[in-house]
Amino acid sequence: MARWGGRAPDFVPHNMVRFLIRRLGFVALTLVLASVIVFVATQVLPGDVARAVLGRSATEQALDNLREQLGLNRPLIVQYLDWLWSFVVGDWGVSLSTHSQVRALVLGRLGNSAMLAAVSFAFYVPLGIFLGVIAALRRHSWLDQVISITSLVFIGLPEFVMGVILIAVFALQLQWLPASSAIHPDAGFLEAFPRLILPGITVASVGLAYVTRMSRAGTIEVLGMDYTRTAYLKGLPPNRIIFHHVLRNALLPTITVVAVGVGWLIGGLIVTESVFGYPGLGRLILYAVKHQDLPLIQASTMLMVVIFSGANLVADLLYAYLNPRIRYR
Amino acid sequence: MRPLLEVKDLNVVYTTDEGQTHAVKGVDLTLDRGEVMGLVGESGSGKSTLALGILRYLPRNAEISGEAVRLDGLDLLTLPRRRLREIWGTRVSMVYQNPSTALNPSLRVGRQLEEVARFHLGASGGEAEHRVLGVLHRVQMPDPPSVMARYPHQLSGGMVQRCVIAMALMADPDLLILDEPTTALDVTTQAVVLDLLADLKQEIGASILYITHDLGVVAGLCDRIGVMYSGRLVEKGPVDRIYDRPRHPYTLGLLACIPRFTRGRERHTLPEIPGSIPRPEVRLAGCVFAPRCPMAAELCGARLPGLREVSPGHDSACFFWEDVPSPEIGLHPVPELKWEDKGGRVKELLEAEGLVKDYEPSSGWGSVFWRHRKMLRAVDGVDVAVGEGRTFGLVGESGCGKTTTARLIAGLATPTAGQIRMEGEDLQAWVGGRSRSQLQNLQMVFQNPEATLNPYRTVGQALLRPLLLLRGMRRKAAAETVLDLLEAADLPQSYFPRLPGELSGGEKQRVAVARAFAAGPKLVVADEPLSSLDVSVQGRLVNLLLRLQAAEGTSYLFISHDLAVVEHLSDEIAVMYLGKVVERGPAGRVLRPPYHPYTEALLSAVPDPDPAAADVRVRLKGSVPSPLDIPTGCRFHPRCPRFLGDLCVESEPPWRDGEEGHRILCHITW
Amino acid sequence: MSRVPRLSKEPVAFAGAVVFVFFLLMAVVGPLLVPYEYTELVPADRLVGPSADHFFGTDQLGRDVFSRVVVGSRNIFFLAGSGTLLALLLGTSVGLFSAYYGGFLDEIITRLLDVLLSIPPLLLGLVLLGTVGSSKMNLVMVVALLYLPSIARVVRSMVLDLKTREFVDAARLRGEGDLYIMFREILPSAVPPLLVEGSIRFAYSIFLVASLGFLGLGVQPPSPDWGLQINEARNYFRQAPWMLLFPAGAISTLVVSVNLMSDGLRRVLVPGQGGG
Repeated sequence: MARWGGRAPDFVPHNMVRFLIRRLGFVALTLVLASVIVFVATQVLPGDVARAVLGRSATEQALDNLREQLGLNRPLIVQYLDWLWSFVVGDWGVSLSTHSQVRALVLGRLGNSAMLAAVSFAFYVPLGIFLGVIAALRRHSWLDQVISITSLVFIGLPEFVMGVILIAVFALQLQWLPASSAIHPDAGFLEAFPRLILPGITVASVGLAYVTRMSRAGTIEVLGMDYTRTAYLKGLPPNRIIFHHVLRNALLPTITVVAVGVGWLIGGLIVTESVFGYPGLGRLILYAVKHQDLPLIQASTMLMVVIFSGANLVADLLYAYLNPRIRYR
Repeated sequence: MRPLLEVKDLNVVYTTDEGQTHAVKGVDLTLDRGEVMGLVGESGSGKSTLALGILRYLPRNAEISGEAVRLDGLDLLTLPRRRLREIWGTRVSMVYQNPSTALNPSLRVGRQLEEVARFHLGASGGEAEHRVLGVLHRVQMPDPPSVMARYPHQLSGGMVQRCVIAMALMADPDLLILDEPTTALDVTTQAVVLDLLADLKQEIGASILYITHDLGVVAGLCDRIGVMYSGRLVEKGPVDRIYDRPRHPYTLGLLACIPRFTRGRERHTLPEIPGSIPRPEVRLAGCVFAPRCPMAAELCGARLPGLREVSPGHDSACFFWEDVPSPEIGLHPVPELKWEDKGGRVKELLEAEGLVKDYEPSSGWGSVFWRHRKMLRAVDGVDVAVGEGRTFGLVGESGCGKTTTARLIAGLATPTAGQIRMEGEDLQAWVGGRSRSQLQNLQMVFQNPEATLNPYRTVGQALLRPLLLLRGMRRKAAAETVLDLLEAADLPQSYFPRLPGELSGGEKQRVAVARAFAAGPKLVVADEPLSSLDVSVQGRLVNLLLRLQAAEGTSYLFISHDLAVVEHLSDEIAVMYLGKVVERGPAGRVLRPPYHPYTEALLSAVPDPDPAAADVRVRLKGSVPSPLDIPTGCRFHPRCPRFLGDLCVESEPPWRDGEEGHRILCHITW
Repeated sequence: MSRVPRLSKEPVAFAGAVVFVFFLLMAVVGPLLVPYEYTELVPADRLVGPSADHFFGTDQLGRDVFSRVVVGSRNIFFLAGSGTLLALLLGTSVGLFSAYYGGFLDEIITRLLDVLLSIPPLLLGLVLLGTVGSSKMNLVMVVALLYLPSIARVVRSMVLDLKTREFVDAARLRGEGDLYIMFREILPSAVPPLLVEGSIRFAYSIFLVASLGFLGLGVQPPSPDWGLQINEARNYFRQAPWMLLFPAGAISTLVVSVNLMSDGLRRVLVPGQGGG
């Protein structure tokens, strides 16, 4: 590449920067609208929030105190803006059920979720891509059928089923791994690792299925393209064709799925965390919902939304960057 | 001398869920060294399958069998895959139909070209680059280093095709196969690429197999020609002999139904080949062409005619080749038409003045957040006037704005500026606002037969709707009228309950014409109705349009990029370039000198199906500029072969008046 | 239409369809034929393994697991099925109108859909149900709300493409009204991919409902909701694994069969889409 004097003459840095700014604008708008939805779902829908939190048997006095405490007597717009501002600034309030600082609680759990996410991700992404590509290259063979059917089956297996069975087999029966993944709040990665394996596999099995299907479909599509035919009829060695010509186009849609998957990994593992008792963000939200802990619900939900949107944004940017049709006008 | 390529009894059979399709049936073919052979056929002829079959690159469900396929003695049919790969790209290489999909969009062009050198010729980095530059020079590519650094989507179609040709030439192949390499290109770009191939033909000494449906192209380039129909080779031999006196009814019909420039003769109908190309699954006992052949006898349906020698080097697969008449006499029916005498002045039916259409290049929130980007002006001040019972032809290449103009007049797009008047009264810009009578008067026929009919509506339903809605008919009367319409469109009554999926392309288009005429229009806008049809089918549609015009006195606004067809049908012609009309006038005048330089180039770019024709080459440089970046002054000046100088760059050209209303938008005085 | 015979050429997808129909029948007539009431308690027989009396054994309260699984299928089909149907109806209308009229309305609606899609479904479902309560009606509405955006998006992209087709232009040229064009010209072509999308969404919604049941936010006990059953069965897994395995098997089998069926549907109804 350097031989031709660096980048192509039409690479205008402005193009990517402009793209980035536009997307950031969209994301900001989306987050604002999402925050409205979260606010409405948690603070407007219940009607009388104080009663929803404290239950039917609460005294009038207790209700009034809570209303005062949460600022529920102010106009809705003010409540919303105040809440939004607090969230942006980092003041996430005090948990109604545990009486601890919401922010510390949430961020701690976020760390745990991140660890679990990392373990799963490292497992299913490379394996999924590999299996999908192999299946596509050996299309119609028994290997392809096995991989396709298996991934279809794994998609059908709910996490709670998979998780319980794994516990039963590997933890209770064989006693190889711990049954519960309740780790100490301050546990480091190495210490927590054995407890991450089973939930990690559970999560990975779902992700594996999706990535495999996506990379298989993407590879099959590219194999049928005219430019692949051109590469073959140029007499290139098959390895060159696969690695140099096919994969870089075939994996483009897969990368998007993978990047979006990161968002799901952080925010969507509610069920797995419940099955294994893992102290992650998902389980925290479940707890908060069951206890009607308003500030906790709001902060953790918004955080999840932010992460999810962020992951989508990264996916878009990655796709735009890797796709010459977008990157070079 | 041993021929370079010998193909004996090659068969390709596809196996699908629906059964077996015999795509190539027992083809014999030889190609000598340095020879250029054209392989001609319409859709379904099997010509592309034949080429890929020779290379043995076909999908898994295709079975290739045959006596032999020998490249310089080497049997390709039994060659192990590994050795086949050594041959691909080095001794045999291919150029494909669609340049925009032939190259990998994620790799730079130079990289892709280098691969041939690196993997076959063992060249190292620097040497490979050197070779690529060399071959790009051979294909007359301007500024090769910059082209090498680009991605395919940054180059125009013509340039990409030249890169693909360059890539095919890199290893000095013995055999070069080109599969419809110019079909996807504009006619002026095609001309440049054909010139290139003609030049290269002398230089490279490779044998060339040139696959196309265009008989005009073959005439200019090839030494020999093979004609394919429904998987069989029906005639082959030297080009001039075949064009002069074809010896197969199909070849005769094909040559006869190409619209050629009449250059001033009266509008006339074209010969028609009856029936349509058989579906690939259909199996016939005898001659594949028999069901449509005017000469067919009982023998033809019973036994398969093999190729028999007509004269040395000229073979025909027809039992009765001796009886095939000469082209002057012709074989195929030419329908008679009775035209009303329209002498004298004709009333203007439709007048459009100053039509302008702007598009926003990007839409959505982007235009709210960023200051306005430049508008895309697709149509820039176009005037159209269609007389009663007349045909107005609008010609131009892709991107010139002719389709947009048609849609503006039909009301399917709203003009940014300009007026449309029909029979003196203003016509609503948007079709949704037009009155019932206005809708009745103006109907349209579209380009793509596959999308022109609702796939979930039967033919009968499609034709009933306009009768019920616009003519206010009652069900019973309408149903009978539908039968009349079907008859007028030359379709059997049994088609009433059929779905579009069961019809061929030509039949769908005829239903579309019937549908347009169902409303009883005074003007029909026809937007490239022939472009997606095979040559042998086009004749029927042209004749249908002419017949209906003669019977109903309908006017046409006929849009096309095909000058010969336009000339066939039109009384008046306007030539468009980059959104403006650059020449207009009576058909006879526009297509005779004096010309606008663009018209001149267009005319000279059309391949003449006459091998003996003299070549007047007027070629255009570069490619059509983006409508976002219209050149100053005369917008044609960057490409104009008759460029005068600063005058053309700085000021817009005036209208120059010729005879009988002929006008040219140019600085040159004639 | 000749679609059904063609589906039979895909043996795997056909098997999926057969299993699906079996479950559907189970949901419709099963509860009328079960040997026991799903709430019937026989404490003496608690935690008994599968036998002739109790095909799937009994649970910790002595209830017959088989009956509970069968009745649970009706529960799941009702919740997931009506939710998906509602999502299809609403989503199609939204997507159709938005794409057809375009302009500012379309922009706003697309933004809103994107926002809804930016919130993880299970999370949104959790929060909403936590707020409004877990009645059957609420569950159906939540399921519909969660899947409406993806269906609307699919329909919108199809309609955006279809409205440029020439037969739509032809319809305009003969003066057809907007509603006619939308529903009788454009929509029919969108139905096959919609069927595929709908069946995929149905599979997701079964998951969702079961997950919500598992987490305790679905229908409340003593409902024979499969997810709820699994949650209850967790603690007794060592003693009575059948309590968990049968409802789990039911969910997995149903979801896999729907997935196989929708895969086959896609290959048959939408030719030209690879990955089959």
